[in-house]
Amino acid sequence: MLTQIAFYVMAAVTCLSGVAVITQRNPVHSVLFLILAFFSAAGLFVLMGAEFLAMLLVVVYVGAVAVLFLFVVMMLDVDFAKLRQGFTNYLPIGIVVGLVLLFEMVLISLKVVANGAAAGATPQAFTATESNIKTIGHVLYTDYAYLFEAAGFVLLVAMVGAIVLTLRHRPHVKRQDIFTQVTRRRKDAVDVISVKTGEGIEE
Amino acid sequence: MIELSHYLAVSAILFTIGVFGIFLNRRNVIIILMSIELILLAVNINFVAFSVYLHNVLGQIMAMFVLTVAAAEAAVGLAILVTFFRNRGDIEVDDASMMKG
Repeated sequence: MLTQIAFYVMAAVTCLSGVAVITQRNPVHSVLFLILAFFSAAGLFVLMGAEFLAMLLVVVYVGAVAVLFLFVVMMLDVDFAKLRQGFTNYLPIGIVVGLVLLFEMVLISLKVVANGAAAGATPQAFTATESNIKTIGHVLYTDYAYLFEAAGFVLLVAMVGAIVLTLRHRPHVKRQDIFTQVTRRRKDAVDVISVKTGEGIEE
Repeated sequence: MIELSHYLAVSAILFTIGVFGIFLNRRNVIIILMSIELILLAVNINFVAFSVYLHNVLGQIMAMFVLTVAAAEAAVGLAILVTFFRNRGDIEVDDASMMKG
């Protein structure tokens, strides 16, 4: 009974905050509702018994992605009221496409639940011997080790890409250039001239 | 016990909300990126639900990779957004046709 209540509360919060994300006037509010949606989705994962992914969702999405969004929204000085113009232009076609999508997905879901591989399936029972994270680790670091490293590579490329995209060299800012600093020789920098008395130096 | 169809319904609704958000906020890239995050979250819920109900941990591993790609996509997308804003002073995607030549 308690599980049912928890499921319905978290499903409702997830869907409603999803709606709030796309309808809020202020993008900062949108990001905050996005955090709420991720958090309650993590609750759904816990209900299903996927604790590791739930924690991952909280750490990665709430801790990193949402904060990244928050940074960008607050950093850019954008006139969001202007962007709201024509908000309802695409409302009819959006509703049509959304309803068709929902209808198709519900249709396929019903079919799968009725006669698919998961027909009449019961959720995996919680076992005291092997925790969720242990099971994932056993599979992830053996059968899917290459995929795991590929994922790390994807993150590396994304990091390098983000830095390359946002790095900006300002032309009039003095910077330390280690190479010119180290390759500088005495003869390039100092000129020793013996000046005769009373004649001075001609430039 | 909660049926599999309940989780699939939540996932379908969330996916639709995400697609609808892209249509609704066609000029605001930030909201579009957030809608994509919602769509990927819906996909993740689907993966995990099937993983749990089919007693196969592979779905959760796939969900992890989706999570990785989503994080990378958000980082690169926001970096492009920042560069775009620097060049244009605006983030309207409707008239982002600089590369048309």
